[in-house]
Amino acid sequence: MPALCRDCLTTFDDAQRCPSCGSPRVLRHPELFDLTIAHMDCDAFYASVEKRDNPELADKPVIIGGGKRGVVSTACYVARIRGVRSAMPMFQALKLCPDAVVIRPRMSVYAEVSKQIRAMMDALTPVVEPLSLDEAFMDLTGTEKLHGAPPAVMLARLVKRMKDELGVTGSVGLSHNKFLAKVASDLDKPRGFSVIGKAETEAFLHDQPVRLIWGVGAAAQASLDKAGIRTFADLKRWDRRDLEARFGTFGYRLWHLARGQDRRRVSPNAPVKSISKETTFFEDTASTELLDGHIWRLSEQVADRAKAKGKAGRVVVLKLKRADHSLISRRVSLSDPTQIADRIYRTARGLYDQVAGQGPFRLIGVGLSEVVPDEAADITGDLLDPGAGQRAKAERATDAIRKKFGSDAILKGRSLR
Amino acid sequence: MKFSIERGTLLKAVGQAQSVVERRNTIPILANVLIEAEGESVSFRATDLDIEVVDKTVAQVERSGATTVSAVTLHEIVRKLPDGALVELTDDGASGRLTVQAGRSNFSLATLPKEDFPVMASSEYGANFSASAVELRRLFDKSKFAISTEETRYYLNGVYMHVATGEDGQVLRCVATDGHRLARIDSDLPEGAETMPGVIVPRKTVGELRKLLDDDEAKIAVSVSETKVRFATPEITLTSKVIDGTFPDYTRVIPQGNTRKLEVDAAEFAKAVDRVATVSSERSRAVKLSLDEDRLVLSVNAPDAGAADEELAVAYGDERLEIGFNAKYLLEIAGQVDRENAVFLFNSSGDPTLMREGTDTSAVYVVMPMRV
Repeated sequence: MPALCRDCLTTFDDAQRCPSCGSPRVLRHPELFDLTIAHMDCDAFYASVEKRDNPELADKPVIIGGGKRGVVSTACYVARIRGVRSAMPMFQALKLCPDAVVIRPRMSVYAEVSKQIRAMMDALTPVVEPLSLDEAFMDLTGTEKLHGAPPAVMLARLVKRMKDELGVTGSVGLSHNKFLAKVASDLDKPRGFSVIGKAETEAFLHDQPVRLIWGVGAAAQASLDKAGIRTFADLKRWDRRDLEARFGTFGYRLWHLARGQDRRRVSPNAPVKSISKETTFFEDTASTELLDGHIWRLSEQVADRAKAKGKAGRVVVLKLKRADHSLISRRVSLSDPTQIADRIYRTARGLYDQVAGQGPFRLIGVGLSEVVPDEAADITGDLLDPGAGQRAKAERATDAIRKKFGSDAILKGRSLR
Repeated sequence: MKFSIERGTLLKAVGQAQSVVERRNTIPILANVLIEAEGESVSFRATDLDIEVVDKTVAQVERSGATTVSAVTLHEIVRKLPDGALVELTDDGASGRLTVQAGRSNFSLATLPKEDFPVMASSEYGANFSASAVELRRLFDKSKFAISTEETRYYLNGVYMHVATGEDGQVLRCVATDGHRLARIDSDLPEGAETMPGVIVPRKTVGELRKLLDDDEAKIAVSVSETKVRFATPEITLTSKVIDGTFPDYTRVIPQGNTRKLEVDAAEFAKAVDRVATVSSERSRAVKLSLDEDRLVLSVNAPDAGAADEELAVAYGDERLEIGFNAKYLLEIAGQVDRENAVFLFNSSGDPTLMREGTDTSAVYVVMPMRV
């Protein structure tokens, strides 16, 4: 059986320990050198970065998250042993783990590390599909000749490099499609490397719960429960037409997933459908002055993202969450797509004025949807707002200054509110 | 209530009613038409709380009375009845049903009490005047394409009808704009309109009004207050709230100093724009106008789809100019020209362009260029 040492990257033919370095971290699988679709997921990414930057935290429970009523964004493995999970309200996490060190997320640092990891992945294959800062799919089909080593070896080298050079660890899932690669990467965390081969696919899935499927959340789970579907074995008993009749296109997908089939390709340029940013307040607020500052900052962040991606949106969306968690969402179509913060802000502010009386609010979000390439963005002027063109030019100039001297080189007074 | 009415007459009255009622609404009575029979006539009244339309028509009334019934259902029934049929509507009051009978067809429709029907509060109209259907048609038909659909700028969701000072004194003027194009249409000021307050007539009202204006000979009685506007023919009365907002100062938007003049046959121009725009699949198709001595080249360049150009012989004597426009906007304003050549007045490729028909300044259009 083909085998690989995850420490020294030696390949050999079946042994419990590495014949070269003696390490027990040996991967053995009949299809090990034939599989090409991988999913890499960093282990407690934000927490790992914090621990790397502050070695004193190494053995302490660390929670990344923020605010009096924030939620846990990431918990390190020490905190996870105590029951802390991501998306858990902070007060609950602190009840479980009162000695935890809570750290406000430093997104710019994580983004920087993420970029370095991305560069390492790009060296393996041009087909990298990032899902977030800390996970990505890779298709290494046809790269064996180029690297002189099969994908499994290159992936083991990738996580080794991440650990040696960046000080963060990751888990790898290797299989023959995206669905199974993602399932595999989660099997043996942290520092895992799991393989699901073609031959064992159906046997492996048989007793697994259907919530394994990415995208099956509480709601989908409930409707599957109603249909008596809990495991893949249950799912497999269903006729394809019945599944489609009951669940629509999702049913079609379920039928294939039940058989371990997933024909989605790893696509490096997943189309951006919308760009949005939101923020939760420390305390509920109905202050228009305060909210106006948030609308501006969020508009600016959304515009920055759009500009960076070369995108523009035809629809501006404003989202507000009231104190009782009920959601207000307002959208408006523009005559031509935009990526200008000033225009996003003015439109979102107009939407806010329509619902301002319904506060206080606990969350506000601004977004662009119906996103298109930015060639056709902001090309028609506004008769009634002759200053708009000037402001857009000023914004482009501001962008250029920031690029050269840093993001806070020049600010609008409005953003300080 | 019991009356007989000719199918064609009934269809027209119910048709007007059903187009006013909102398709989706949560208040059941608002889906209904109020039918009132008295003396020699029957009136059909419908409302969406912003607009109210009353169509009064002659019928053979046997027993007076009133009831309300679903406007859409009644309209569908009448539409499907054979032409020329005599329709009998009976409401016995006790059963809560309205019977519709024509030939061998019988329908029994659920009703709601007439007392529940909201009647629009009457208003003091500060100005009352009479305008010809032809003039009103021109004012609204030529301006309505520029009405904005953007809800955040609700004050642009209608036509601004007001008294203004034109080149030859006071005029009745309609203006509409969405920020990208603007239409300003003038007509002679009817007697009695001098004191009229400026009002923004909502888009839906403009659409409903159009149905009153088909008869060239008709005179329309117009009444205007700060909050409402009413248009009436002898049969139909359309009352509408106006948009509560301030229409922006459009006068500063209309360019005064544009000197580069292009004169072109509007129909030829529109056809050429339409042809070259075909290659671009984008929603905002940009057409580039390249102007040189008596020559206009229209071109479209869509990197993904293809390119097209077409040359037109025009009258142009100024410096070379290249300027881009949204094809749809150009087609719309060129479509307004019906008698003479279209005259475009440009300044630069970044400034608003003005368009009028020949030397006639009673209809002026402004369109914003696109970066190309």
